[in-house]
Amino acid sequence: MPDIYNAFLSRIEISSSVSGPLSGIRVAVKDNISTKNIPTTCASKILLGYIPPYDAHAVELLKAAGATIAGKTNMDEFGMGTTTENSAFCPALNPRDVTRVAGGSSGGSAAAVAGGLVPMALGSDTGGSIRCPASYCGIVGLKPSYGRVSRYGLIAYANSFEQIGPMAANVADTAKLFSVIAGHDSRDSTSVSKPYDLTGLYAGIKGKIVGVPKEYFGEGVDKHVAAAVTAAIDRLEDLGAAIREVSLPSLQYALAAYYVTCTCEASSNLDRFDGVRYGPEPEMNLPWHDAYTSVRKMGFGPEVRRRILLGTFSLSAGHYGKYYVKAQHAKQLIRRDFFRVLTDCDLLAGPTMPNVAPKLGELIADPLQMYQTDILTVPVNIAGIPAISVPCGTAHGMPVGLQLMGRMFGEDDLLNAALAYEEAI
Amino acid sequence: MADEETNVIIGLEVHCQLDTKSKLFCGCSANFRADAPNTHVCPVCLGLPGALPVLNKNAIEFALRVAKALNCTFTKEGEFCRKNYFYPDLVKAYQITMGDSPLATGGYIEIEDDAGNPKIVSLTRIHVEEDPGRLVHMGSKERGHYTLVDYNRSGIPLIEMVTEPELSSPKEARRLLSKLRATLEYLDVFDPEKDGSIRVDANISFRGHERVEIKNISSYKGVEKALTFEITRQKNLIRRGGTIARETRHFQERKGTTSSARSKETATDYRYFPEPDLPVIRVADWVETIALPELPDARRDRFMQQYSIAVGHARTITGDLRLAEFYEGIVDVGATVAASWVADILIGELNYRGMALETVTTRAQEFKNLISLVRSKTITDKAGVEVLRVWLDNLYAGDRTETPAQIVARLGLSREDGSSFRVIVEQTLASNHQAIADHKAGKKGALNFIVGQVLKETKGKSEPREIHAMVAELIGE
Ligand SMILES: [Zn+2]
Repeated sequence: MPDIYNAFLSRIEISSSVSGPLSGIRVAVKDNISTKNIPTTCASKILLGYIPPYDAHAVELLKAAGATIAGKTNMDEFGMGTTTENSAFCPALNPRDVTRVAGGSSGGSAAAVAGGLVPMALGSDTGGSIRCPASYCGIVGLKPSYGRVSRYGLIAYANSFEQIGPMAANVADTAKLFSVIAGHDSRDSTSVSKPYDLTGLYAGIKGKIVGVPKEYFGEGVDKHVAAAVTAAIDRLEDLGAAIREVSLPSLQYALAAYYVTCTCEASSNLDRFDGVRYGPEPEMNLPWHDAYTSVRKMGFGPEVRRRILLGTFSLSAGHYGKYYVKAQHAKQLIRRDFFRVLTDCDLLAGPTMPNVAPKLGELIADPLQMYQTDILTVPVNIAGIPAISVPCGTAHGMPVGLQLMGRMFGEDDLLNAALAYEEAI
Repeated sequence: MADEETNVIIGLEVHCQLDTKSKLFCGCSANFRADAPNTHVCPVCLGLPGALPVLNKNAIEFALRVAKALNCTFTKEGEFCRKNYFYPDLVKAYQITMGDSPLATGGYIEIEDDAGNPKIVSLTRIHVEEDPGRLVHMGSKERGHYTLVDYNRSGIPLIEMVTEPELSSPKEARRLLSKLRATLEYLDVFDPEKDGSIRVDANISFRGHERVEIKNISSYKGVEKALTFEITRQKNLIRRGGTIARETRHFQERKGTTSSARSKETATDYRYFPEPDLPVIRVADWVETIALPELPDARRDRFMQQYSIAVGHARTITGDLRLAEFYEGIVDVGATVAASWVADILIGELNYRGMALETVTTRAQEFKNLISLVRSKTITDKAGVEVLRVWLDNLYAGDRTETPAQIVARLGLSREDGSSFRVIVEQTLASNHQAIADHKAGKKGALNFIVGQVLKETKGKSEPREIHAMVAELIGE
């Protein structure tokens, strides 16, 4: 099938000879997940020509489960973006309306699934990068609890927030892919031993308490989106859940805490791309500092450069206390808020995105407005808890995502609830 | 001058490679020195995108041993952090090190000051970090310059030990390093024989003047030399009315001088922040389980008690673990004579030839036999030294067949009975009437001249004390 959505950066069908739960199933892999002998670029010019000599842990697991690696998917450069327009190569298009963005940063994975090119894909979620494109393209995407899926081989953008996660056309496939990639990996020191198995998947939502944080329906949330999500929450009640309004006051700090921390980590992570080992050949007649600068200027796109500058600034002497340290305090507050409401509630529910997929070019010129659209997804990454986006109708003719958030390692609750909801509509 | 020198304040930052089997954050073998460049590497120590560090518990265990031996206070939660800077030998463009929460703080090392009195030097902190790779500069003016990068060293565990600025002379600094080296050796965490296994940054200032840091000195001798050079340089500058700039300087090992580093390098903002890929380490319970071996000071005291040897001998011998073990292995030949032979003679002869201690420790029995020959008066002390020299020269040349006893036989060095020299003594006396007259007139040393003549004639086979007695007897005293 031709890739009319720019979903893939490279298409290489590598089938596994192993038989397992994913035998015969084609899985697309986001291009920031290392694949042995297959170019892995993070949709950045600086990594053009880089061919990893090793597989990410999640890719090893895919192969061991019998999956066919269908190719590497398009994304915002290094995961930095909400629309996949920051790809150094081309924006991914939304299969539901090709004049609109697929969302980001795992836009290629979402487009590949929504466009019917593959049944499942791996994405990665640093601040919403799985859930946003899932919501915009009308598919299912799960951001696992921090530590549940090994990050070994995931090219780091913001280490303390991100997870590799499954994306699929339906909840059952999402759960299936998750059952393959979850589990302990000794090569990731933040990995925990929490495998996932599918046995309880049909347990439903009856008797579960679902909290609805009022902050998730605040200013900036499109009212048609809010209506679709409210209707979905009503459905959860019909299915036997108890609905309760809750509040997460510290969410006002979430965007700031997120952007400070992720840019700090990113600025450090991306320093290694200096032209010595990666990227375009540096000019050999320049002093080495200048050669580095020229390579990095050529190799990184504007959004990546912006975030490197922001992070470098926040970490520098005299600013560190005001920005990085403060962001960590805010992180603690947000975490505490979530853990507090999640002692009474089994799940939280709200919209995934405050809007539907914008038109191509609509947000790209205004980074601040683009950052704003992450407001409902980043809190989960800060808290480390899992969250899933499930399609719940449409607004303005485009898909809307219902976001369910759970306790640490409570993915089973999320998947059970999502499946019950999906089956009910 | 002496007054100025008491006003010198020196602090050291000592980095030692921990002698672990594998690197700090990956499974690559740390034993790379004999192998081709870039053969001990993997995605982690090459800093490949997506690779993650996994802490080598052994390295931490080693560092905890050191911290415990140096009486440090352990941090509740040790935290790794990133030190960000660009350099081609640094694969990730950051070094994983420890910042505000090192493994341990405080602690102290006891050394002798320049007057020989005990002196306590406080430690600021101890932490663990990774070594960068190594740059090898190649080419020439004619053929162009280029640089090769070898990442075999990338990720080797380093322990960094920082002292308070409490040292007052280059010699003290050197003694502190020796003590530190001995302690690490006793703890079995460090191999000082490995090339480049220690690197020192030294800061030095005169009271009331700015501090200068000398970076990356890679030998014990170098530290003393660099500091001595800096003292002279700074003293001259102050005397001429100049001001000492707060700066970083590099030490040129070959020239024995320091030179200012470009200010660009010193202006780096390292942007430290906690390493998100590694959890904090809690060591309190761990430390409890660590048992320490006998350390240099304890062994020195034990040697003095158990073997009744002099403090100087005990200190020298226990200052090097292998030397101490070698000594204990041969001590039954006679504790005092063995101590003297090891501390006063052997070390000097080895150093003179640039030979490693191992050449002798692996042949301890032969060395012991040599001492036995002296003890049993088969050969004189002087002949013993001669035999040692020949034996070492043989070993140096790769000849391992000839034993000390065979050397004695070949060179005819067996001590002969005093009576066989009577004729030589008589002849010497007969041709030195003046000396005898001088002696009788009370001139000191006149008799020694005669004894010396006899010793020369007998080629070291005679014992000076016996000759002296014979001379005295023959001139009727
Ligand atoms: Zn390695």
